[in-house]
Amino acid sequence: MIRLDNVVKRYPGGREALSQLSLHVAAGEMAFLTGPSGAGKSTILKLIALIERPTRGQVTVAGENTSRVPRRRIPAFRRRIGMVFQDHKLLADRSAFDNVALPLVIAGVGHRETARRVRAAIDQVGLLGKEKFLPALLSTGEQQRIGIARAVVATPPLLIADEPTGNLDPELSFEIMRLFRRFNEVGVTVLIASHDLALIERLRGRRIGLRDGRLAGFAAPPAASRACAGPRA
Amino acid sequence: MRARARKAGAPAGARRRDTRLRGWLLRHAQNLLGTLGTLTRQPVATLMTVAVIGIALALPASLYLLVVNGRALTGGLESAADVSVYLREHVSPAAAAALAEDLRARADVAAVRLIDPAEALEEFERRSGFGAALDTLAVNPLPFTLVVRPAQDTAGPAALAALAEELGALPQAELAQQDTEWVRRLDALLDIVRRTVVLAAIVLALGVIVIVGNTIRLDIQNRRAEIEVTKLIGASDGFIRRPFLYSGFWYGLGGGLFAALLVTAALMTLSGAVGRVAGLYGSSFRLEGLGAGTVVALLGTGALLGWLGSWLAAARHMRRIEPA
Repeated sequence: MIRLDNVVKRYPGGREALSQLSLHVAAGEMAFLTGPSGAGKSTILKLIALIERPTRGQVTVAGENTSRVPRRRIPAFRRRIGMVFQDHKLLADRSAFDNVALPLVIAGVGHRETARRVRAAIDQVGLLGKEKFLPALLSTGEQQRIGIARAVVATPPLLIADEPTGNLDPELSFEIMRLFRRFNEVGVTVLIASHDLALIERLRGRRIGLRDGRLAGFAAPPAASRACAGPRA
Repeated sequence: MRARARKAGAPAGARRRDTRLRGWLLRHAQNLLGTLGTLTRQPVATLMTVAVIGIALALPASLYLLVVNGRALTGGLESAADVSVYLREHVSPAAAAALAEDLRARADVAAVRLIDPAEALEEFERRSGFGAALDTLAVNPLPFTLVVRPAQDTAGPAALAALAEELGALPQAELAQQDTEWVRRLDALLDIVRRTVVLAAIVLALGVIVIVGNTIRLDIQNRRAEIEVTKLIGASDGFIRRPFLYSGFWYGLGGGLFAALLVTAALMTLSGAVGRVAGLYGSSFRLEGLGAGTVVALLGTGALLGWLGSWLAAARHMRRIEPA
């Protein structure tokens, strides 16, 4: 579903976010991108969503080479990817219902069909009854769940999430992760970037460790603990 | 089996096209009403923009009306331009009266007024202010004058000139004068005004485009976050642009309406004074208002310019907003 081949991403100023990185996430898989901040997790997600383009190398999403997607086809390309953000990026002046409906409105789905699918998505994240609320009236966890409902309402085959639990306490974080797991169980490929190792330990799914824009090995211990272990030994 | 599938397929395709068209129309209708709702929720800001556009549109519209009314006025004067026939000195009062009677019988003459020398002198004294100087004259130097008003259907400068010539050729006539020179001068002046209207219209149309463009630019900047998010979710440029285009459309249409109201109000204010002046000249002239066609043109122009302004602003500023 996602394949990166020798990807280099260099930002203006010379900082190299990704160095010759190759990785593969199979269709139907649930995988976690882990590593300290600055390791390149967000960069990988941005390359997948065509928010940025690689300096070198090739990114393939759902069989499509992203370098062959011209600017005007980016919207259609993004509609096949559900995206969840740390700050959920809900529109503050629209109700939960309207926020979740947005991808379907963009896709031109009919009125009745939209209403039905929006309600189903809100039901799946357990917030039925709060459709009319503005985001500000929802708790942080509820806002994030509305963000997830928006990401899945158009049933994309791929779901990517950048630190989706960054602002949540451990219990709420676990709830959110279980939600992702449920979507994965019905066939959605899920790729989550998170630095919360304690949380990921509690979940099944492949871990892709990153450090300084390179793969850090699947079972690499957290950088912080290793650094502490050195001088003590 | 295959035939049945084909048969079932055709209506399904047509249905799909039908629903797609309906969806498209529905989305545009939603945008049309949605943007109107958004604009009316901030009435002060919207009214200010609409007023500025309205004033910009009202200026060429009122200049245009000035030309239309000026033309109506000079047209009316030209067709009713009197011809003054000054009779020879030796013509007796009885002969002058007889000639006036003869001329009244003509088909191309509407009325004839006979002015005797005493009357003419009195009028000249009163109007010229040379009263004291005239008192020194021993005899009245003025002849009998016939003021001939051509019939209404004797329209056109050529026919009038022919009539004046014919009257001048009468044996009793010294001179026939058709005093329409000032009408032609006024006409030439109006032509300048007409050209000014065209220039003003072009400049102010550009002004409207800039006003709407700037308003939409600010609107786009205010909704930067929203545009970024919708782009992330996969909205096309067209989808994001659409509400801004409809906003521009409403601004322009509202401006056109405002201009029409402004011009109508100005006409109502002026019509009394114009009526008085016309009355003093013995004319039944009335100010011509904005016709239905002009109002439609005003609204259409406003809406079109608004759309154009917002399109230009959207094309320029939307591209720069990209999620990062």
